[in-house]
Amino acid sequence: MANNIRMKAEHVDFYYGSNQTLKDITLDIYDHAVTAIIGPSGCGKSTFIRLLNRMNELVPNSKLEGVISIDGESIVAEHMDPVDLRRKVGMVFQKPNPFPKSIFENIAYGLKVNGQKDKGLIEQRVILSLKKAALWDEVKDRLHDSALRLSGGQQQRLCIARCLAIEPEVILFDEPCASLDPISTSKVEALILELKKDYTIVIVTHNMQQAARVSDFTGFFYMGELIEFDKTEVIFTRPKDKRTEDYITGRFG
Amino acid sequence: MKKPKRLKITETLGFLTLRLCMACVAMILIVIFYDIITKGAGVISWDFLTKPPVDGMTKGGIFPAIVGTFFTTIITALLSVPLGMGCAIYLNEYAKDDGLTRFIRMSIRNLSGVPSIVYGLFGVALFVEACHFGTSILAAGSTLGLMTLPLTITASEEALKTVPRAYREGSLALGATKWQAIWTNVLPYAVPGMLTGTILGLSRAAGETAPILFTGAAFFLPDIPNSILSQFMALPYHLYIMSTQHHNIELVRPIAYGTALVLIVLIFSMNLMAIIIRYHLRKKGIAHG
Ligand SMILES: Nc1ncnc2c1ncn2[C@@H]1O[C@H](COP(=O)(O)OP(=O)(O)O)[C@@H](O)[C@H]1O
Ligand SMILES: [Mg+2]
Repeated sequence: MANNIRMKAEHVDFYYGSNQTLKDITLDIYDHAVTAIIGPSGCGKSTFIRLLNRMNELVPNSKLEGVISIDGESIVAEHMDPVDLRRKVGMVFQKPNPFPKSIFENIAYGLKVNGQKDKGLIEQRVILSLKKAALWDEVKDRLHDSALRLSGGQQQRLCIARCLAIEPEVILFDEPCASLDPISTSKVEALILELKKDYTIVIVTHNMQQAARVSDFTGFFYMGELIEFDKTEVIFTRPKDKRTEDYITGRFG
Repeated sequence: MKKPKRLKITETLGFLTLRLCMACVAMILIVIFYDIITKGAGVISWDFLTKPPVDGMTKGGIFPAIVGTFFTTIITALLSVPLGMGCAIYLNEYAKDDGLTRFIRMSIRNLSGVPSIVYGLFGVALFVEACHFGTSILAAGSTLGLMTLPLTITASEEALKTVPRAYREGSLALGATKWQAIWTNVLPYAVPGMLTGTILGLSRAAGETAPILFTGAAFFLPDIPNSILSQFMALPYHLYIMSTQHHNIELVRPIAYGTALVLIVLIFSMNLMAIIIRYHLRKKGIAHG
């Protein structure tokens, strides 16, 4: 796979207060590929992907060292506004977090806060996003119902649609299936594979089979360190580090 | 088999004690209500509610006091609602947890402990004199506004805390600015809860006497106030006069009770409004407080 590098983390250290959560992380995120981040609970996976859209700078007393860049530019560069970055690097959270608004308004929300006033265009974009997120057929007759009435799996696809509506280039998924049933999970996984054609994807997952199924590259995090990063097939068939092997064979985690 | 039995008795006794406590509290409220209604309901009439006092306040109604309390409460709301909500938004959404914030929080806590008569004196110094409001609805309402501020701030902050962090983060992740996130995706869900707390604060203020004593409440005015810079009659102060300062207290006792009844109905309906708002929110699953 001859992909270009889209985002890059170089020697990233991250601290919550005085606790160092990430240690010297260096990792490339390739364009139009799915990069999976795996590792046991508490190893810093969420912390890492929340750095990629500067979500973690909202945490008081946190500190980032090292460089994270997108298209060769540091994401904390002077002219790089976190708001612009987050439009380019979208995020889907672990727990589906639809807003207590209608399905339509949930998806229109991102467009509206980004200054889109053209009603026709908003409507077009809402429909397109729902179609892309494979939710359209299920909700087309009740766009103005509350999003809170959807099932968990539908809510998560709604959150994905909401993210797609602002046309990001990179999408970060933080354990998107953690609270979903197996059927919803397979729908979301199919969706991620579909999205790979148009987007660069980073997915944190707890589930090794999921990483194997959807990703092209996999990074194994352990206690704040990136133990190993390689093509997914390599990680799952010929891991170089003993700890990676132990983890993927289920000996701990 | 001895121990369980003893435990059961203890539990029954404990439960009984708690019930008694509850019954006591309910009784107090019922007795107050009963007393005021039986003694006050007799004087309530359309004239009582719509006419000023006459004949040395031995006859007539309490219309000017109702109007005075109404407009004072509006001034109170105009001051304490925006200021209190603004302060709560700052504290909950923007303030870093540093020395300054801790100082502000400490001040608010202490402010809520300041006796209301002290607010009255402070109101004289600040609003009546320094701001040249004179003794007026504006000065008294502002004093009451300051007094309710700690309650408004605390209640508003609680309401903001019930809005899940996921709404803020979800909004920011879609490229909203912090202010957009707060304005479009936090406040709409917090404002009703904020209002509930605020109305409770206002209903407290409406019944206060001490803070308006020196700042604008008048003993007797034949007419209703014609501007917010006029002095005014107020229900709680009128009640105080009728029960302690009047030249013929025994004669005007029914009027005092009637005034008390009107005041209490006013305050209870404000509280009821707060309860209704909260109930509707719970049903919608937004507010939890
Ligand atoms: N906001 C925070 N403040 C302080 N510590 C945090 C915060 N978020 C996470 N942590 C800590 O950082 C470590 C890594 O957490 P996280 O990145 O959520 O792990 P993972 O997603 O791999 O389960 C954990 O020890 C966690 O307790
Ligand atoms: Mg996590």
